[in-house]
Amino acid sequence: MSSGFTNHPLLQLFIARFREFIRTPEAVFWSYVFPLVMMISLGLAFRSDSVEPVAVCVEDGAAADQIRQVLQANPRFVVTRGTPEQCRQMLRSGKAELVLTIEGTDSARQYHFLLDQTRPGSVSARDAVNDVLQRAAGRKDPVETKETAVTEAGSRYIDFLVPGLIGMGLMGGGVWGVGYAIVDMRIRQVLKRLLGTPMKKHHFVAAMMASRLVFMIPEIIVILILSRLMFGVVSHGGYLPISLIVLLGAFQFASIGLIIASRARTLEAVAGLMNLTMVPMWIGSGIFFSADRFPALVRPVIRLLPLTPVISSLRQVMQEGAGLVTILPDLGLMAGWLVITFLVALRIFRWD
Amino acid sequence: MTYAIECRQLTRTWPGNPPVEAVKGIDLQVERGICFGVLGPNGAGKTTTIEICEGLQTATSGEALILGMSWKTDGDQIRQQIGISLQETRLSEKLTVLETLTLFRSFFHSGLAPLAVIDRVSLREKIHSRIRTLSGGQKQRVAVATALVGNPQLLFLDEPTTGLDPQSRRDLWRVITDFREGGGTVLLTTHYMDEAERLCDRVAIFDRGQILAIDSPQNLIRGLGAEHVVAFAVSGGQQPPEDFGSGLPGVIAVRRESDHRCLSVREPHVAIPALLELIKHSGLQLSSLTTRQATLEDVFVHFAGHGLNEGTEGNFR
Repeated sequence: MSSGFTNHPLLQLFIARFREFIRTPEAVFWSYVFPLVMMISLGLAFRSDSVEPVAVCVEDGAAADQIRQVLQANPRFVVTRGTPEQCRQMLRSGKAELVLTIEGTDSARQYHFLLDQTRPGSVSARDAVNDVLQRAAGRKDPVETKETAVTEAGSRYIDFLVPGLIGMGLMGGGVWGVGYAIVDMRIRQVLKRLLGTPMKKHHFVAAMMASRLVFMIPEIIVILILSRLMFGVVSHGGYLPISLIVLLGAFQFASIGLIIASRARTLEAVAGLMNLTMVPMWIGSGIFFSADRFPALVRPVIRLLPLTPVISSLRQVMQEGAGLVTILPDLGLMAGWLVITFLVALRIFRWD
Repeated sequence: MTYAIECRQLTRTWPGNPPVEAVKGIDLQVERGICFGVLGPNGAGKTTTIEICEGLQTATSGEALILGMSWKTDGDQIRQQIGISLQETRLSEKLTVLETLTLFRSFFHSGLAPLAVIDRVSLREKIHSRIRTLSGGQKQRVAVATALVGNPQLLFLDEPTTGLDPQSRRDLWRVITDFREGGGTVLLTTHYMDEAERLCDRVAIFDRGQILAIDSPQNLIRGLGAEHVVAFAVSGGQQPPEDFGSGLPGVIAVRRESDHRCLSVREPHVAIPALLELIKHSGLQLSSLTTRQATLEDVFVHFAGHGLNEGTEGNFR
């Protein structure tokens, strides 16, 4: 037992960290299950593979039932009948996109549409309903039209979302996994005890970050496989650029976790610092919606946040099939964050 | 042969207004192969001194030489040759005993097999138990085992038995005695006087950041000039004056301890009859009377002027 590879302190520290992680079921749960739940629920909520139903309320009247039958021949329409007051109530509460009133006599009939012009759903419902009713009344289109339905993988919301969730997983895993664990060890004086041994400090830090990477890889693989099986999300780019982004991203966020934890002495302090660091990126770096929606003034700042290059490069690779050269600026930005935070963290790190 | 530990004019000052002097110029030599005890109340500077010797804190001035080496230049070598157990060490709760010791063993160039160390602290049946599931005494034995696994020449133990039950304390005493008999040097802090008397070849009495006395426990007690203590309490009438009994034959010193008085006496068979006579003449009634051998506690009170449990801000009389 005196020497050999298996007794190298770096490996032993890594194994110890690994054991601590897998023996903390809640940490495993939050690392692996949370991003998946997020992906599945958002993917289902924003799925684009079915046609939106059109809800219409027809006001009570002589011809109401006949009109209702005409519309219901098309399964897209969900038609209800009601008093004028009931129909307006449905429009206000969003349960109906459109209210239809039949005015005039059978010979000189007039359709009166009630709609909110600012609601895209209302406008398209008006057009669709009008179209069906006019044809039923005998309108002939002078030019024939044809439609082909398309659902292009790569352009749906889920295709946009998966790279964002991978970035979010990398950030949460690195910052929490390293930051929280280190402060916990400092509070329990485990760090101080280690300082009293001949352990090399860089071995400790390296083991901390390497273990993070090993926990991260299965999480990313599970997200990629499940998003493919459930939603058909495929990457238009190669796996080498994706692996590089994930690798660099995991190290970058582990290093940010390290710097956040380098001096904090309570869990409250480190939790506050972590939120302070992560909330701007949750909002700004484009996990759920494009960062381009922010005013031009703040976009350069957002561009420099550590999470932004991770997500933007993943999107470029997965959605647009970009190669290594295209994402080089993003990789460079990540490497910059990694090196700077790591060096500063080592300098200011407190062991007791 | 150099000393195991040599402190020269060691000071540690915490900045503040006014600055707090935790250690005020300590000179200390610990010979190799002995068990050296550091005694004193909480806040006396024991832990600060031991942590400077362990390389966990830096001295404001002065220096601590460990096994003839200086922390400034030979830190790595010193760490290879010492083993430490902090006050209330808490190891990784989720690792087992064997995993913990394998990890600590990996930090040292040479040392003992983890299983051999586990046997030395009698935890063979617990090797696959996680630290979390161990009792306080077992955890403390693992902590000492992590200090032993590098096969150190010098062992630092900061209050190793505080809060342990009597059986666990005896188990640890045996581990410490075995290590010393194997030729190692031990520096331990404690506020248990019986522990120091039993384990230590020499003790230093600390109070308010200074050393009041250094000698063997026996010599310190003998140095009081009175190896017995007569403790008594009286009731009825008013309380006797502070120096009550000080002029009696064979009485060396008088002090008050909460509700009773203690006389340090050379010859109890002379002092006690005289004391009883004095109480009778003063119109007081004796409510209790006990005699015991003087201990390090009495030595501490003799030097510090206050009891061990009164802390640094203890009231002087």
